[in-house]
Amino acid sequence: MIAQLTKYERQLALIILVAVSVCGLAMVAVAQDNVLGVHGAIVLLAGILGAFGVISSYYDPEPGDDRLERYFDDPSRMGIILAMVWLVPALFVGDWIAWQLAYPDLTFDAAWSSFGRLRPVHTSGVIFGFGGNALIATSFYVLQRTTRARLPDQLSPWFVLLGYNLFCVIAATGYLMGVTQSKEYAEPEWYADIWLVIVWVTYFIIYLRTLVRRKEPHIYVSNWYYMAFILVVAILHIVNNLAIPVSLGHAKSYSAFSGVQDAMTQWWYGHNAVAFFLTAGFLGMMYYYLPVRAGRPIFSYRLSIISFWGITFMYMWAGSHHLHYTALPQWVQTLGMTFSVMLLVPSWASAGNALLTLNGAWHKVRDDATLRFMMVAAVFYGLVTFEGSFMAIRSVNSLSHYTDWTVGHVHVGALGWVAMITFGAIYASVPWLWKRERMYSARLVEVHFWLALAGTVIYVFAMWNSGIIQGLMWRTYNESGTLAYSFVESVVAMHPYYIARAIGGLFFLIGALVACYNIWMTIRTADQPADQRLADRPVPALAGATAPQPAE
Amino acid sequence: MFNLHYRLERKTIGFLLAIIVAASIGGAVEIIPLFTIHQTVEDAPNMRVYTPLEIAGRNIYIREGCYACHSQMIRTLRDEVERYGPYSLAVESKYDHPMLWGSKRTGPDLARMGNKYSDEWHVRHLNNPRDVVPQSVMPHYSWLGRTELRSDDLGAHLAALRKVGVPYTDEMIANARLDAYGQAAPDTPYAEGVTKRYGAATNVRAFDGKPGNLTELDALVAYLQILGKLTDAAHKPVAAAGG
Repeated sequence: MIAQLTKYERQLALIILVAVSVCGLAMVAVAQDNVLGVHGAIVLLAGILGAFGVISSYYDPEPGDDRLERYFDDPSRMGIILAMVWLVPALFVGDWIAWQLAYPDLTFDAAWSSFGRLRPVHTSGVIFGFGGNALIATSFYVLQRTTRARLPDQLSPWFVLLGYNLFCVIAATGYLMGVTQSKEYAEPEWYADIWLVIVWVTYFIIYLRTLVRRKEPHIYVSNWYYMAFILVVAILHIVNNLAIPVSLGHAKSYSAFSGVQDAMTQWWYGHNAVAFFLTAGFLGMMYYYLPVRAGRPIFSYRLSIISFWGITFMYMWAGSHHLHYTALPQWVQTLGMTFSVMLLVPSWASAGNALLTLNGAWHKVRDDATLRFMMVAAVFYGLVTFEGSFMAIRSVNSLSHYTDWTVGHVHVGALGWVAMITFGAIYASVPWLWKRERMYSARLVEVHFWLALAGTVIYVFAMWNSGIIQGLMWRTYNESGTLAYSFVESVVAMHPYYIARAIGGLFFLIGALVACYNIWMTIRTADQPADQRLADRPVPALAGATAPQPAE
Repeated sequence: MFNLHYRLERKTIGFLLAIIVAASIGGAVEIIPLFTIHQTVEDAPNMRVYTPLEIAGRNIYIREGCYACHSQMIRTLRDEVERYGPYSLAVESKYDHPMLWGSKRTGPDLARMGNKYSDEWHVRHLNNPRDVVPQSVMPHYSWLGRTELRSDDLGAHLAALRKVGVPYTDEMIANARLDAYGQAAPDTPYAEGVTKRYGAATNVRAFDGKPGNLTELDALVAYLQILGKLTDAAHKPVAAAGG
């Protein structure tokens, strides 16, 4: 890690780490509550450990200029590993709280182990821990290959990756201690939010600097999506997290917005976290790994353009469909519903573009579980976007909102689309990144595929059933014109579905463990012969020749 | 059009600007008018603010993630109004920074929970939900009654809320700590200040059944008992919309 840094970068790294340590120390010093003190200590520890690591290798030989003839993949490797490191505990926590809903006493006599505190550990763990690390890792990889340019320096990618993980650690430990803004998917408090802005701006600058130095005249589709992901997430994050802390010594802050304006801002954020974190970013991933793995060019360049701009423009209107029949003015609800329905067009354009790309390669889908992960992801993407548009229709939403149907819908997207495309991308890129011929075991990839698919289907069908039953029970009237069921009767009716859901989640978790073993064993096996690596290189400076891209 | 794009995708900065413009329009059109159109939030001149004890309770509600399973937003649907009470108005969460409308009902809606059950019911229910509702799947919160409420910084909390627009007076901020104590200690001289500052209808009682010590259970029950009670606007035949 340090060996790849130049002398100047090592000095800069030390300065940054000392600054981080000072921030941690300051947090401990001014803390007026325990949680800010603990978080200060974590930041301090991270800074000191990092500085110690840099100092211990400070006088190692510097990397030669020949490093510029290779892509810089160290952060991508670490990012893939960190994604899996977050995935397993986050899935475990998710499954644990799924069992808690079936058997509420599966908890300890302690605050941290209750559903309300563990739920954001699960959601942030999978979305930001797993998904975010996978996005950072693959975006650096894809960015370099599609621009034929090396990352601008060795330090800033590490800063982004490790700084982002520090944010994730602060978020997850905070939830266990009860630190939350209560805004779904934006739970971390003000100090973590500020840190994320610094990390994110650096991420954006890396992207910009690499794009500007690209050796390809055109910016490839994947990079459109990765750029939209980085830019729009920054806008959403900054606006939705505007808040006034109680004091600089308090972890707690109060949102700048209240009531109906806060609700709209939150769901503008919430729905577009889905759109630009969980959709745009992973579409960027899909547009690179799927055609490369299939060995086919993207089916249609024009469909890519239509779907990209459709998604970028229309998603931002759709958030208010989370607030149908509420105190939000009806004109906003109607706009949200309208754009949600229209979104089906660019969404299916993307899904169709991906599936049609596989024409001529379907025999590979049959034989190669890695490509099949990506194919199934595209199918689930089509399914979840149809379901999303459908649920955004006001009258459908009156039944589905507040029920498990929403949870099921989210998991069609999270398990079926986001996780599947990521597993496909990880299985494709691990042998490339570690210069191996192939994954350690193709059969274990196959096992993972079927565990993940079975887990997703069981989970989703359980939640569709429970959600619709719940919604119908709440609105059923008996012959005398009064409500037929008490609320708790609907809770009792959920019990078998909650068990089924937890079993589906368990399948998915076991699949992830299989993946971890397979990745670990791949890393441990021998290198592939060196002559096969020669093609995977950046175009040297000043030699502006055009090289083939995976598509278009 | 595609030729235009063919040129656009060769320009890094141009492409970035195009993304920013395309992505900014929707949010701007839907969010900014909510601040400028007066009818968005109804008028409720008699609405009171949360007391310091209720704010502390609200923060415990947030801390424990209660919002993950309980909504506070009754929709304009017949079955919801019959099950929970009059549908929620925007004004009712005017002082909610942030709002807690929620997105999931693993448990029932709580928007009109105030005074629906006795304090004792809440205390027993929080201590172990299955003591009062045998089929409940809610976690127990038995440690709340054993944990002393931190009240020394409540003034700072009120001051921060004033910065984001809640009309707390200097007097309320200065007396926040004593008011929190007084609201759960009806027979002490501090109780009077609470009703003086927050209105005669304010609940002043030993919420956890044990006068003398101020626990997190006191705060949470005080908050649950005020839900839907800050204003009676939703109970009026036609809520005055705008002006």
